[in-house]
Amino acid sequence: MSSTQLLPRLDMLAGMHGESKDGPAIEFRDVSYDLPSGQRVLSDLNLQVQRGETLVFLGRSGSGKTTTLKLVNRLLTPTKGEVRVDGAAAAQGDVIRLRRGIGYVIQEIGLLPHFTVERNIGLVPEIEGWPPEKIRARTQELMQMVGLESQLAARYPHQLSGGQRQRVGVARALAADPVILLMDEPFGALDPLTRDDLQREFLSLQQRLHKTVVFVTHDLNEALRLASRIALMEAGKLITVLSPPEFLRSTDPLAAAYVRAFHSGLDPTANRGSS
Amino acid sequence: MNLFQFLAQNSAQVAQLTLEHLWMVGISTLLAALIGIPLGILIAHRPLLNRPVLGAANIIQTIPSLALFGFLLPVPWLGDRAERLAILALTLYALLPVIRGTYSGIRGVDRAVVESARGMGMTDSQLLWQVELPLAMSVILSGVRVAVVISVGLATIAAAIGAGGLGELIFRGLAMVNNQLILAGAIPAALLAVVADFSLGWVEKRLRPQ
Repeated sequence: MSSTQLLPRLDMLAGMHGESKDGPAIEFRDVSYDLPSGQRVLSDLNLQVQRGETLVFLGRSGSGKTTTLKLVNRLLTPTKGEVRVDGAAAAQGDVIRLRRGIGYVIQEIGLLPHFTVERNIGLVPEIEGWPPEKIRARTQELMQMVGLESQLAARYPHQLSGGQRQRVGVARALAADPVILLMDEPFGALDPLTRDDLQREFLSLQQRLHKTVVFVTHDLNEALRLASRIALMEAGKLITVLSPPEFLRSTDPLAAAYVRAFHSGLDPTANRGSS
Repeated sequence: MNLFQFLAQNSAQVAQLTLEHLWMVGISTLLAALIGIPLGILIAHRPLLNRPVLGAANIIQTIPSLALFGFLLPVPWLGDRAERLAILALTLYALLPVIRGTYSGIRGVDRAVVESARGMGMTDSQLLWQVELPLAMSVILSGVRVAVVISVGLATIAAAIGAGGLGELIFRGLAMVNNQLILAGAIPAALLAVVADFSLGWVEKRLRPQ
């Protein structure tokens, strides 16, 4: 799908009117975030996320990547600076509208335990007031899209495997066809084989859907595989933004450290005997 | 078998007093739920109010029941009818378990569920009615259940200020040193408590999320 085809839909679905549809999907301008205790967890972030790209925030826990994600859908509000979504400052306008135009997937998934798979997936359409037939059709379409058998529709989340639950989480985030998808370590809690499946399916979905995806992970392998660009975070600061091939060649000491750790993880003899 | 004979002979009176008893417990529990559940929701969302509200409910709980009935006696409109007084006192006692149950029920809802529901764009009221309350319902109900069981026992003391209920048989029996009379009040009261506890416990289990 070309970007010109996508643009009118973006406008309609997101319900947000930006200054320019050619600009970045998300823009961080001098954004800092302090905890209520005053501790700074994110300092002076300047970054643009382009339409249709998969930007992966890579960093260890506590590096500020999850915080950054929550600033986009305003689960958190910046202490300083501004976050612009689709050209409009996220701090203005209707936060509920903003969030319904942004899909959100987290590691713990957060499916509603008292809703069936079908109702979980149709949650945003339901609160948006879609007619029931349209919700049902959309739910079936999505279940197929993320590889869930249709007989699972009436099950409850606790009756599913971890991989199935995460697929429901992804389907739910895609339900109202959001322009932007925020994914916070969505595959972190899965076993390696299921994770591999889901990563592969994510790539093929993304090839068809061209969402703007902001993805958080601490796993370089995942970042290299999924990212258009990798934003490396450390101690609340953005260190560098690189494409996967650039990342592997980077001379930045932190990036190089990640690559070394990655290689030694692959090579069983790398660390033997040395320490 | 004197007790059974007594109960059979006075069945109309025992039934009447049981109904009075149920009425006092029912109305006061309803009032406590109407006040306590919103308060519990409020303090679950506004942590600053948590201490003052739970503290106040706690203090009420420490006032001896006989003393509370006595304190309320001179209050104008309330003091006119002993039954009003009893209902108010029972409501006050029922508040703490109801507020606490609601508070811990709402706070106990999985943070990831709440956060993702919020992130999907649910409004505060959608979050409350579609997520928090359904998931907290069994814990809220367990608070109500504790309140009911306490109230059934406390309501017997209301007879001391002339509010009626099964306590009347107990107090009469005490005055007349008649064990039969005491048991004729105490046994139905105990049965009421057991039945209420059991049936609310059953509903609570059905509401518990998997």
